[in-house]
Amino acid sequence: MTTRAGVVLVLLSLTAAAAGCAKRQPPVAQPVPPAGPPVAATPAPQPPPPTTEALAVPPEPVAIAEDGISARSIEDLNRDSPFKPAYFPLDSAELDDAGRAVVTANAAIMRKYPAWMVTVEGHCDERGTTEYNLALGERRAVAVKTYLMSLGIPGDRVRIVSYGKEFPFDLGHDERAWASNRRAHFVITSK
Amino acid sequence: MNICNSQLPKSQLPRRHVWTPVVLALVLGVGSWALGVGNWQLGVVRGQQPAPQQPSEIAVVISGDPGTPPRYAVPDFVAASPEAADAAKTITQVLFDDLAFEREFYLIPRDTYTTIPAARTPDQVPFAAWRELGADAVVFGAVSRTGNDVRVEVRLFNIRTQQSVFSKEYTGTAANPRLYAHTIADEIHQQQRALRGVARTKLAFSSDRNRERMVGTAENRDVKEVYMADYDGANPRRITTNRQLNIFPVWSPDARAIAYTSYRRGYPDLFIALIYEGLQQEPTKGGTQNWLPMYSPDGTRIVFNSNRDGNPELYVMNRDGSGLRRITNHPAIDTTPTWSPTGTQIAFTSDRAGTPQIYIIGADGLNLRRLTTSESYADRSTWSPAPFNEIAFAARTGPGYDIKIYDLATGTTRQVTFGEGSNESPAYAPNGRHLAFTSTRAGRVQIFTIGRDGRGVKQVTRDGSNFTPSWSN
Repeated sequence: MTTRAGVVLVLLSLTAAAAGCAKRQPPVAQPVPPAGPPVAATPAPQPPPPTTEALAVPPEPVAIAEDGISARSIEDLNRDSPFKPAYFPLDSAELDDAGRAVVTANAAIMRKYPAWMVTVEGHCDERGTTEYNLALGERRAVAVKTYLMSLGIPGDRVRIVSYGKEFPFDLGHDERAWASNRRAHFVITSK
Repeated sequence: MNICNSQLPKSQLPRRHVWTPVVLALVLGVGSWALGVGNWQLGVVRGQQPAPQQPSEIAVVISGDPGTPPRYAVPDFVAASPEAADAAKTITQVLFDDLAFEREFYLIPRDTYTTIPAARTPDQVPFAAWRELGADAVVFGAVSRTGNDVRVEVRLFNIRTQQSVFSKEYTGTAANPRLYAHTIADEIHQQQRALRGVARTKLAFSSDRNRERMVGTAENRDVKEVYMADYDGANPRRITTNRQLNIFPVWSPDARAIAYTSYRRGYPDLFIALIYEGLQQEPTKGGTQNWLPMYSPDGTRIVFNSNRDGNPELYVMNRDGSGLRRITNHPAIDTTPTWSPTGTQIAFTSDRAGTPQIYIIGADGLNLRRLTTSESYADRSTWSPAPFNEIAFAARTGPGYDIKIYDLATGTTRQVTFGEGSNESPAYAPNGRHLAFTSTRAGRVQIFTIGRDGRGVKQVTRDGSNFTPSWSN
């Protein structure tokens, strides 16, 4: 695996040398990549008027070119992640059909980028108690990791951590917010 | 400087009373301000007295009219000089609040006796005016200040007998005048009601009040740090500074250490802050995920939650991390442990029956039994100290939670909060008469205290959001 990672790194450094993504580089150092790399990222065109159009552009992340995605920094990737979160029913750590489909898709991405390490964060909605939710989030993360491993992803590529209800994604207090907060969230921790 | 004049001829003093000022330096450094005062026992004072003619316990206690609590007044402490005025004002107000907190006395509202002249010496006490007001007991005090030093003299008078039943003098730094009031209140409760007051106890909790954001994550995430404060929320002090999640702080029984769960390694693990030594211990030493520590009542062991064997289970270890033993063994969630006062049993939460419910298990992992049967969701059990034999917990009562108390002797459950916001994370005061808990009743999550009978709600925190209180001994 280290050799594969090495190959990818070499390729990376060839294609995106300017970005200077050395292996252990802290995410802080983010020199703006001059010109080349951001293939898919749209550099602001000259005419200022089409700002509304720029907002309408977002179809592009769906069809990101492979080079584009692997050239992006971990921070960028996590901000606009290729991984989708798996959602859970209330008070449950069982992956339902939709959740398994999401994890299957995420496993495909992990297979495509074999150097990526991910952390699966277990999150809960605010309706459970602070204390219990930490264990529930842990179980959600474990459920996802177990399913990833059943799909052939090596366990050492997946770390888990529970945040209980400490970090809600939607600060609302309704069904939609709660559903959005009951999730296993994928974070790329190294690549 | 002599306010309560200690040079008074003995004949003018109440016969039984011995006016021996006990001078004790209060050292208010970080190292000892919570504990340096622990050695004052009234026995020390009594030990210096000549043998009283009457048994002192009977004569000293001030009672009210039959069937009613004694009526106490706390007139403004006299400031000997303008620079002592602030301290005198603070001490008076805090003492009033402290004496009211235990609800052993009826505190006469302070604005009803502003016209009664202040007594600068014991023989100036206008007993007639106080009797007319209906006071059974009046606490007089005087504060003088020299530079950074303060001297507080206090006397408790029985208005009926016109006797001083309690008199002390305290000297120390002027840095924390509230501590004088807390000490006086604890000693009056001890002497008058044989009650261990909580005025000098502390709360530990986690808070986002510093409004810092976590570094190095894609999302905007608030950090939480561990704080401590006086039982009334005053004097908040920050304990952790690592800009991560620092949650679930709990006091060691000697109140010198706070164990907590921190994500500083990127995952939850246990840490112990020795707050007066400025040291940190790591009993679980990383590598596994551990959270929700709780000290045994004798302080030698810690029960905690861990997924080291793949599932949230309970473990017990010695305080230093040695002697690890697994307590629960079930594929369901087992979490949120609390010790019985004797350290022989552990109450915890498990969803092994489908929903989170409270169970009790021996500290050896044997003799499991289920406690809650009529709740849809119960968590954060917390076992009362003796003499009470009950377990408080948070129970789902609708969209949110309320604090309920299970009486182990009768097997009955009573409710303490009633749907004002969501109420979670109960923690007993060391004398078992109060609970700290969190509530959303005032907007954001804040810490409140309440009597175990459900009366006397007080908001303790107001800054930021505040979570999971622990009450020190």
